[in-house]
Amino acid sequence: MTKIAKERAENVFTDFKAAYTPQQALVEANRCLFCADAPCIQACPTGIEIPQFIRKIATGNVKGSARTIFDSNILGMSCARVCPVEVLCVGKCVYNEMGVPPIQIGKLQRYSTDHAFAEGWRFFEAAPDSGKSVGLVGAGPASLAAAHELRRHGHACTIYDKRDVTGGLNTTGVAPYKMKADRSEDEVEWVLGIGGIEVRTGVEVGRDVTWGELLQAHDALFVGVGLGPDTRLDVPGADLSGIHGAVEAIERVKLGTVDLSGVEHAVVVGGGNTAIDAVRELRGLGVADVTMLYRGTEPGMSGYAHEWSAAKDEGVRARWQTQPVAFEGQGRVQSIRCVRLDQAKQPIAGSEHEVPAELVLLAIGQSKLEALLLGLGVTFERGRVVVDEHQATARPGVYAGGDCANGGKEVVNAAAEGKRAALAIHEYIVRVT
Amino acid sequence: MPDLSTNCAGIRSPNPFWLASAPPANSGAQIQRAFDHGWGGAVWKTLGVPIQNVSSRFGAVDVRGTKAVGFNNIELITDRSLEVNFREIYETKKKYPKHAVVVSLMVETRQEWKDIIKRSIDAGADGLELNFGCPHGMCERGMGSAVGQEPKVNQEITSWAVEYSSVPVLVKLTPNVGDIVPHGLAAQRGGAHGVALINTIKSIIGVDIDRMVPMPRVGGQSTNGGYCGSAVKPIALHMVAQLARSSEFEIPISGIGGVANWRDAVEFILLGSSSVQVCTEVMLRGYRIVEDMIEGLTEYMSSHGFDTIDQMVGKAVSGYSEWGDLDLNYETVAKIDAQACIGCQLCVVACHDGAHQCIHPNPQGGPSGSRVPIVDESECVGCNLCQIVCPVPGCITMEEVDNGFTPGTWNQHMAGEAALRPKKGAH
Ligand SMILES: Cc1cc2nc3c(=O)[nH]c(=O)nc-3n(C[C@H](O)[C@H](O)[C@H](O)COP(=O)(O)OP(=O)(O)OC[C@H]3O[C@@H](n4cnc5c(N)ncnc54)[C@H](O)[C@@H]3O)c2cc1C
Ligand SMILES: Cc1cc2nc3c(=O)[nH]c(=O)nc-3n(C[C@H](O)[C@H](O)[C@H](O)COP(=O)(O)O)c2cc1C
Ligand code: SF4
Repeated sequence: MTKIAKERAENVFTDFKAAYTPQQALVEANRCLFCADAPCIQACPTGIEIPQFIRKIATGNVKGSARTIFDSNILGMSCARVCPVEVLCVGKCVYNEMGVPPIQIGKLQRYSTDHAFAEGWRFFEAAPDSGKSVGLVGAGPASLAAAHELRRHGHACTIYDKRDVTGGLNTTGVAPYKMKADRSEDEVEWVLGIGGIEVRTGVEVGRDVTWGELLQAHDALFVGVGLGPDTRLDVPGADLSGIHGAVEAIERVKLGTVDLSGVEHAVVVGGGNTAIDAVRELRGLGVADVTMLYRGTEPGMSGYAHEWSAAKDEGVRARWQTQPVAFEGQGRVQSIRCVRLDQAKQPIAGSEHEVPAELVLLAIGQSKLEALLLGLGVTFERGRVVVDEHQATARPGVYAGGDCANGGKEVVNAAAEGKRAALAIHEYIVRVT
Repeated sequence: MPDLSTNCAGIRSPNPFWLASAPPANSGAQIQRAFDHGWGGAVWKTLGVPIQNVSSRFGAVDVRGTKAVGFNNIELITDRSLEVNFREIYETKKKYPKHAVVVSLMVETRQEWKDIIKRSIDAGADGLELNFGCPHGMCERGMGSAVGQEPKVNQEITSWAVEYSSVPVLVKLTPNVGDIVPHGLAAQRGGAHGVALINTIKSIIGVDIDRMVPMPRVGGQSTNGGYCGSAVKPIALHMVAQLARSSEFEIPISGIGGVANWRDAVEFILLGSSSVQVCTEVMLRGYRIVEDMIEGLTEYMSSHGFDTIDQMVGKAVSGYSEWGDLDLNYETVAKIDAQACIGCQLCVVACHDGAHQCIHPNPQGGPSGSRVPIVDESECVGCNLCQIVCPVPGCITMEEVDNGFTPGTWNQHMAGEAALRPKKGAH
């Protein structure tokens, strides 16, 4: 079922955080204090019983350890690699309070979940067929987590995705030094292993099939379409070649090959996590001079400090409080005309300057898919689908989760919201249909 | 799926994991919470004439940075009224009919035993455990280990209890004796349905070297306490196995002492226990440890082909023999996996200073060379010390050597029936 090419630009990357050997895992697991009411659990959006899974590694019960993880979060394998643990579980480890290195929860979680995949352990079975069906739009983390949980309650699931690969941004977006596309596809297959989830790729809802048809075909719908394309920058020269949206460019690195010949200077515009991923990936692909160009300050950037610190270590430079006013070049971009901004983000007179760039990636945000969902009868707030604490939208029987509802967070939030929605959908189906 | 349910001396529980009679089994609310976490049974904190406790009560030994490897206490039996305890036993049993609720008892006179046994059974006890083991405080009053150390008294009180009881009676033995077997046999003669061991070991856990008072300190004084926790497991395993392999001893065993995880529990079962009891690890980490114990035991049973606990009980007992029956011609030497070795050379110093001076630094070593030591196999006596100090799992293995000698034990040798291989390292 995998449609991923073997030759991919991302193949040059190695894991930024290497897998643990059994010895390393044991030493780390034995350090865990097995806290009660543990802050690490509270910091995990899916509430994994972290001390319990770690204790099980320490006693040699790796299978039980993996069960504990997956019981809370069926995407525990990818989350182990892609979660920003520094600001989630690991950041809350009580050892931080002692000035002692915190437990490497992500690496331990990877240890157990990788084992489960390698050994082919399966922990969950679908409940007997309920005779009900749920349509899930988008094959990203949110829908996958939702579908798996729905199967545990016996409901038939059909997932639709416009792409011909599955896994959403876990496959097409996350940095290759965290996880590669084929590993994400392994996870999709593992999740689908529960059986009874039909995946229809290459089907764009709104074009190939209407919302009305989906509402007809299913007893409930889950919307997990994520976010839309990269936001463009509306300045002169924006149409020159060599200027791309960052998410779109990263997708090419993840799934195909890229030609960086002739690129000596690359500039990524933005200061969020996509911008940091993009600069690190460009460095990793061999671009000599990579600059992040951000209109705010270093402490004010929305990207994680630990990620930016790694980018700096890898030789990335930054231009703070700087903003493009025009792209220049003949057919192809050659440089960016920039201004410096003051504390109030206002241009400073006379500060115009040129920054050389044969490649520009725009990481200033992804658009919202409000237009796609307009006919569905759901409500929006700043482009996000409005949901209640059970992920229910304004339209009965329609639920939403992941980036399209939370505005763009992490894989683990999508997994948590997908599962929560599934439980609510189950209740709805039992109650109403 | 293997069946974890067990029947220990006629006391049935959904799994072999019981709380030992101690603070984690002090009250109904606690025990019910423990059952919700998955514990299969509990031995109620010892009932008797309620006492008054001291503070502080506990002490612990830390070893190279690991906290509470060993633990001790100077607390006595229950300090709560018998009425309250019996009411809670009744409520607990009503809510959890399938779980084992064993009531631990310690009183003095025959009449007191008769009364407290009746009240325990009326409250719904599935079994009784006679506490002949407490090694501090209670023994000064002629109870606890004062009983457990005297086979005659043990037998007599056991026979009273068996006479008055309509439910199985376990005798909880003290390890503070030279040989456990006569004490297990005394309980058996008294009619006990099973024994539980070990209770705690007489100990002084440490000394406050600034105040110059032993610990735990009660004002300006301390007293000897009962030692337990992971550190006592080897002593407990030995005593359990001693009874299990004694040809005269025939009643079931509930194993106690240093059980901290499923592996420890498996060891106790393989040496003859049909249930295992836990106190210290629950005190240190809570009831939630049982989840891993259940899973780990289940996995172990599946992977080793056991369908029931019964099939496992005592499976390692036949592997426990007398020294004189060990094969003196069985020879092993240490092998170091050069790929795994991290060059700490702890094995070198251990062998040089603590064994037979046969692991040497690599002569080709030095600042740029390898720090993987070399074993002189012609001198290695196969003692295991290097393997024990090596920090890398699997790096040092003890490999069997084919020395051409057929097996020969000391006993066979003394009977003129076996030739022994030449001694190694004895010069
Ligand atoms: C570059 C980048 C790097 C990231 N790195 C990390 C990271 O390291 N760690 C982390 O935790 N999170 C990271 N994230 C965020 C994370 O990927 C998302 O939060 C998460 O994938 C959201 O899951 P989702 O299921 O809501 O949406 P998505 O993963 O976006 O999946 C949505 C799916 O819906 C499909 N779809 C959209 N419209 C339609 C339609 N009309 N019809 C059918 N299908 C449709 C899409 O093709 C897509 O497959 C990153 C995001 C980006 C952009
Ligand atoms: C604080 C404390 C109190 C105890 N109280 C009792 C008791 O009242 N009755 C009893 O039979 N054993 C008592 N014990 C002994 C335990 O039940 C158990 O036999 C011993 O601690 C060994 O098991 P462990 O290593 O799992 O702790 C007590 C132990 C501790 C640590
Ligand atoms: S554990 Fe509880 S009872 Fe004991 S000293 Fe601490 S606070 Fe007091």
